[in-house]
Amino acid sequence: MTSALSVDRLEVIFDRFRALKGVSLEVQSGESFGLVGESGSGKSTLLRAIAGLAPAASGSITVNGKKLGARRDKAFYREVQMVFQDPYGSLHPRQTVDRLLQEPLAIHGFADGEKRIQRALDEVGLGTGFRFRYSHQLSGGQRQRVAIARALILEPSILLLDEPTSALDASVQAEVLNLLEEIRRRRKLTFLMVSHDLAIITHMCERLMVMQNGEAVEHLTAGDLVERRVTRDYTRNLLRASDGFVRT
Amino acid sequence: MSTLLDVDDLRVTFPTRTGRIEAVRGVSFSLGRERLGIVGESGSGKSQTGRAIMGLTPPQAEVTASKLAFDGIDLLAASPRDRRALRGKRIAMILQDPKYSLDPVMSIGRQIVETLRTHEKVGQAEARDRALAMLEAVQIRDPARVFDLHPHEVSGGMGQRAMIAMMLIAGPEMMIADEPTSALDVTVQLDVLGILDRLVSERGMGLIFISHDLRLVSSFCDRVIVMYAGKVVEQLKASELGRAQHPYTRGLLNCMPKIGADRHPLPVLDRKPEWAA
Repeated sequence: MTSALSVDRLEVIFDRFRALKGVSLEVQSGESFGLVGESGSGKSTLLRAIAGLAPAASGSITVNGKKLGARRDKAFYREVQMVFQDPYGSLHPRQTVDRLLQEPLAIHGFADGEKRIQRALDEVGLGTGFRFRYSHQLSGGQRQRVAIARALILEPSILLLDEPTSALDASVQAEVLNLLEEIRRRRKLTFLMVSHDLAIITHMCERLMVMQNGEAVEHLTAGDLVERRVTRDYTRNLLRASDGFVRT
Repeated sequence: MSTLLDVDDLRVTFPTRTGRIEAVRGVSFSLGRERLGIVGESGSGKSQTGRAIMGLTPPQAEVTASKLAFDGIDLLAASPRDRRALRGKRIAMILQDPKYSLDPVMSIGRQIVETLRTHEKVGQAEARDRALAMLEAVQIRDPARVFDLHPHEVSGGMGQRAMIAMMLIAGPEMMIADEPTSALDVTVQLDVLGILDRLVSERGMGLIFISHDLRLVSSFCDRVIVMYAGKVVEQLKASELGRAQHPYTRGLLNCMPKIGADRHPLPVLDRKPEWAA
């Protein structure tokens, strides 16, 4: 069994609104899988449902061969970690980087915290000079690096990435994308990445799923997108939009 | 081409506890009835440039320029009253996120009518008709319904169209659009840009389009100014972007992922201190 993550007919309902309407997907171990769609298409909800942050009404989620229940246990978070979109909102404003990184270690009872924090900071290219700073003393790109370090410190095998670079400048985005790719190669991680930007998804992912209104519209490979082998108008519109403005 | 706006050596300085921060450091350009893009990353001073022209710089900041003139009017010497008369009537501004820049407790129609009646003597009924016509011009399908809606009841794309309608209703000669589509979905982005493009060219307005997205700006504008650390590092025709000289411009163009270009890792910007000098 090589499937790292499989989602089967997952439904998420908020009050009476069906945010996800029976979505299925399978991500192989070591693969990078992308989710694209407009806002409100359910791509972030799918990610959050996997992480246990959105309630699943029906359907099932299997991680590394283990079917998940309604509650996530500690072992799950050792395997799956998430990086959020907004680096300004996802770090505690009154905790130093050191304290932020210690938290997951304390929860999971790691003894070699000191070494792990140093290694995690080195790995994301920050160095120990940033260890005792607060998040407001960091730039957006540096904050996102801290968020990635926090996700990596438990050595998970799957990383859920929710628009990890959309709040960053283009040049910083390139740095963070390169960092993510390098970490994935080195640690043989599985990525499930959400973005509204098709260019980022084709750059980062081998396969992708296009979503609209809580449903999977189309499954594609990055190669399909490059050669524009898409069958749905919705995807074609997304592709056209990523080409920039064309005067008619 | 007649010059609409003349900016020479514009500086915007913020006094802070740790000294004076120069957000804009000697920016010069002129604008005719054309589409001019100002591109830069966060902190490059692009928005402060737009705000200084509009007269929306925070009161503690200091704006100086050897020339800042709109249609022959010296904007720095103009009284607040004169600037208010210009703002909205002859110079309009579109902001990034309609969620924050529309009044949440006023219906969209009333906000548009308010703009119109501030600047022109028109009766209530005529103002309403003109607002409806304007909503139609920004391709809102059911203007009468949208007229009575509040900003939270419409989508982002619709809100941004309403804002464009509000800004255009007094018939400005120049418009400053500060990241007008960054908060919108990619597909909606193009619709909004299409509307903006058509209205600007039909009415012969001058447009300053401020954005962080170099590729989008170059596909939309006639001319592009690239800013870095409060300065203009390069000015060029949008069609000649491929021949950009400055390493920052080239770096910005290069570092974005492209569909079909297989570059791993992506080239990153190697910032040189002399760019900011």
